[in-house]
Amino acid sequence: MQGLIERAKELLADGTVAQVLGWRKGDMGYDPEPAYFKSEEELKDFVYDAFCGANLSKYMIEAAKLEGKTLVFLKPCDTYSFNQLIKEHRVDRDKTYIIGVGCQGTLKPEKIREAGIKGIETVTIDGDTLKFDTIYGAKEMPFADALLERCKVCKGKKHMVYDELIGAAEDEEAGPVGNRFEEVEKLEAMSPEERFAFWQEQLSKCIRCNACRNVCPACSCRKCVFDSNQYDTSQKANAATFEEQMFHIIRAFHVAGRCTDCGECSRVCPQGIPLHLLNRKFIKDIDSFYGEYQAGADTDSRGPLTNFTFEDVEPSIVQTRGGGH
Amino acid sequence: MQRIGVFVCHCGTNIAATVDVKRVVEAAAKEPGVVHAEDYQYMCSEAGQLKIREAIEQKHLTGIVVCSCSPRMHENTFRQAAKRAGINPYMVEIANIREHCSWIHKDIEEATEKAVILARAAIAKVMLNAPLTPGTSQVVKRALVIGGGIAGIQTALDIADAGYEVDIVEKTPSIGGRMSQLDKTFPTLDCSACILTPKMVEAAAHEKITIYTYSEVEKVSGFVGDFHVDIRKKARSVDMSKCTGCGVCQEKCPSRKTPNEFNRGLNTRSAIYTPFAQAIPNVPVIDREHCTKFKTGKCGVCAKVCQAGAIDYDQQDEIITVDYGAIVVATGFDTIKLDKYDEYAYNQSPDVITSLELERIMNAAGPTKGHLERMSDHKPPKSMVFIQCVGSRCADKRGKSYCSKICCMYTAKHAMLIRDKYPDVDVTVFYIDVRTPGKNFDEFYRRAVEEYGVHYIKGQVGKVAPQGDKLLVQAADLLDNKQIRMETDMVVLATAIEPNPDVRKIATMLTASIDTNNFLTESHAKLRPVESPTAGIFLSGVCQGPKDIPETVAQAGAAAVKVVGLLAKDHLVTNPCTAKADPIFCNGCSTCEKVCPYGAISYEDQLVNDHGIRETRRVAVVNSALCQGCGACTVACPSGAMDLQGFSNRQILAEVDAICR
Repeated sequence: MQGLIERAKELLADGTVAQVLGWRKGDMGYDPEPAYFKSEEELKDFVYDAFCGANLSKYMIEAAKLEGKTLVFLKPCDTYSFNQLIKEHRVDRDKTYIIGVGCQGTLKPEKIREAGIKGIETVTIDGDTLKFDTIYGAKEMPFADALLERCKVCKGKKHMVYDELIGAAEDEEAGPVGNRFEEVEKLEAMSPEERFAFWQEQLSKCIRCNACRNVCPACSCRKCVFDSNQYDTSQKANAATFEEQMFHIIRAFHVAGRCTDCGECSRVCPQGIPLHLLNRKFIKDIDSFYGEYQAGADTDSRGPLTNFTFEDVEPSIVQTRGGGH
Repeated sequence: MQRIGVFVCHCGTNIAATVDVKRVVEAAAKEPGVVHAEDYQYMCSEAGQLKIREAIEQKHLTGIVVCSCSPRMHENTFRQAAKRAGINPYMVEIANIREHCSWIHKDIEEATEKAVILARAAIAKVMLNAPLTPGTSQVVKRALVIGGGIAGIQTALDIADAGYEVDIVEKTPSIGGRMSQLDKTFPTLDCSACILTPKMVEAAAHEKITIYTYSEVEKVSGFVGDFHVDIRKKARSVDMSKCTGCGVCQEKCPSRKTPNEFNRGLNTRSAIYTPFAQAIPNVPVIDREHCTKFKTGKCGVCAKVCQAGAIDYDQQDEIITVDYGAIVVATGFDTIKLDKYDEYAYNQSPDVITSLELERIMNAAGPTKGHLERMSDHKPPKSMVFIQCVGSRCADKRGKSYCSKICCMYTAKHAMLIRDKYPDVDVTVFYIDVRTPGKNFDEFYRRAVEEYGVHYIKGQVGKVAPQGDKLLVQAADLLDNKQIRMETDMVVLATAIEPNPDVRKIATMLTASIDTNNFLTESHAKLRPVESPTAGIFLSGVCQGPKDIPETVAQAGAAAVKVVGLLAKDHLVTNPCTAKADPIFCNGCSTCEKVCPYGAISYEDQLVNDHGIRETRRVAVVNSALCQGCGACTVACPSGAMDLQGFSNRQILAEVDAICR
């Protein structure tokens, strides 16, 4: 972490960047928040640890409007989002200085609380063990038990875009870990009735706080269609079953083919809805119909849903392969 | 506030027999905004249009809904009627209660309920209609014909005779197409080349026609009236301006092992070649893939023997860009591959041939100089079997579901010619049905049977097996209900025809639609048979569907007339139902640009005033001349910034709401 702060100071001092986008200590040890740092003084509050789950890519949309370059710290999976935003002309690569930071996985505070650990001040990773300094003294728990679901099936530790790397993993080239479609396959195995009941139960918890939408790097519209009075959709938002049957499903459609599977939606959901499963179902289907595709792996390929090739499956094939329901 | 009039048509009994039109009128009259509703026998008639006009004038209507047939039939009629009554023609909506309702329902209750719902949807839509004004675009007075067979040649001649410039692009080294490979033509048995070559010469000599042979269409942009086409003129390696066509290079060329495409691979040709004697232009090309000079650098015989110094090994492909007002597709056909038909032993015995190969064998300029002989031992056959419908009318997925249409007649022709020239050869034809609709066609077939003694057996052949120097044919005689096993010397397969495989690429470039068999789709199967649904694209010949020479020539002329009708216009009225981006909502993400099939969307930095926030944004801009109103962009746009005028998202949602009410 100190290395990141030192480098940020240098880049601010020599005028390479005008501001730094990183994570600042929160009220508690487990809730650092995205923040701008404009001076050496401000950087004393900078933090980077396993609680820094927030993907900073989306903040770069607004950062592009600021004076001068912005230094941003991106974890490997955050770089996919950044690339996707470059492709959609939403961020300005020329006004961005990217330091790729290493990541061993990010944490889910609820899991740690469940393990009875409270009053956290700092966290360090020691092999398979998480070590905490708390106001009640030193505590520890198995690292794997505290991981966010998204990090159990890591895409890989390689940065897709950066200007320099600090603290990157030695096994950077190692591929993905785990089968990210395992949960989706369980849902697919359900009968339509069971699946409907599952989602009905999950989505009915939604309080429409819009956290998922606001954090999602693919949800970067200047004005969301749900908020627009242009198409009479805002009135439909009053429908009784809106959250269960429309909002999340439509949102998943809107980000299909562009979602990098960063998992921020599920991370920020205060109700614990596994929203990323909707997106993963889309990714799985797109992979099976149009060939494997990872949004954000590059900045120039055409997304499968906005492209046409002679090899594209016919709708009838989509039907027989089970995509019709 | 809109004042809507609803007009419900009986269409005689077409609608009124299944839909209670009075109830539709009553229901429509109760809809908010509707101030007038009536029904009439034939709304499209003069009297019906007058009713619309009177209602518009007397009740000060702002928009109308006509519940009638498909908008493809009379939308324009009613738009013009509205225009004459003083309202914008785009304030008219059609509720299709005929094709979408009365024709497909039997129950009056159900059909009436649906008609009411369709009317309601149209009323909800027209409430949100806005007046639209079409623009105009120019017409380039030049046509492109893709394909230089008889279809393309005839279309080009007819366009040129009407006084317009026309270019033919042909991918092979000569124009002429499939017809130049045929020996005789049914039902008159005149020599194919004798009737084709005068047309070729006429096209080549016509001052309004430019022929690009050994060339391919590389890229197409633009739209009806103003297409921009990149044509790749492949390197011929022979200077067309110097070559005298003496043919010495072909005689002296030492590389002579290349299968001769023109003779369907039955013999070989030199690496420098003209496909056939009457080729136009009579300038050879060097097949670089098979030329020793290009493969090893050592040879150069043709350059040495060429008196004119026309050989140019360094020639490069050249791409020219030409503007056209209209494009005619005349890409023709090929026979299907027979890999999936092992039972006919085509790949096992050289004595099993396709009908097109037989044409070459029968032709005086063919591989056997016109003598009928087996390709295995060059002996004359004593017995021949013709198998019809090989890959045509095929129930399984190996072949084509359609009838290739020409096979019955050319098989009768082959059988007759062989019996005429070689009376000692016994000829048997196996058929499913003999189909001979056409002027003098059935008489022709009957002559083959009755005068020439060709044996016609109804039944499909199950297997052809080479046995010694004979071919064993197993078949069923369905009329006699018995199995047949017979020996024969040659088997001729009436192989199904399919559109030239290149047509998919061309159709994609032209955004012309294509069916599952790769035939180009016509705009209307009956009423617009030579027009593609894509404006400015016309269809000529077998690329649209199987047809014989007389039909091809007739269709070629029809396509030419349509082209001439387009080129004769000073300007075109453009469709105002085009897409439009709202800069306030646009993210500038480029998604719409990727899905636009017409290249109509570009981006520019615009100063946007978003509720007081003034900033420069990258936003989408639609070129309304290029936009065809397909709406692909509107569904791809994540923020709903892109909308289609006349079919806006609000209008469509209002229709859905009205239906679901």
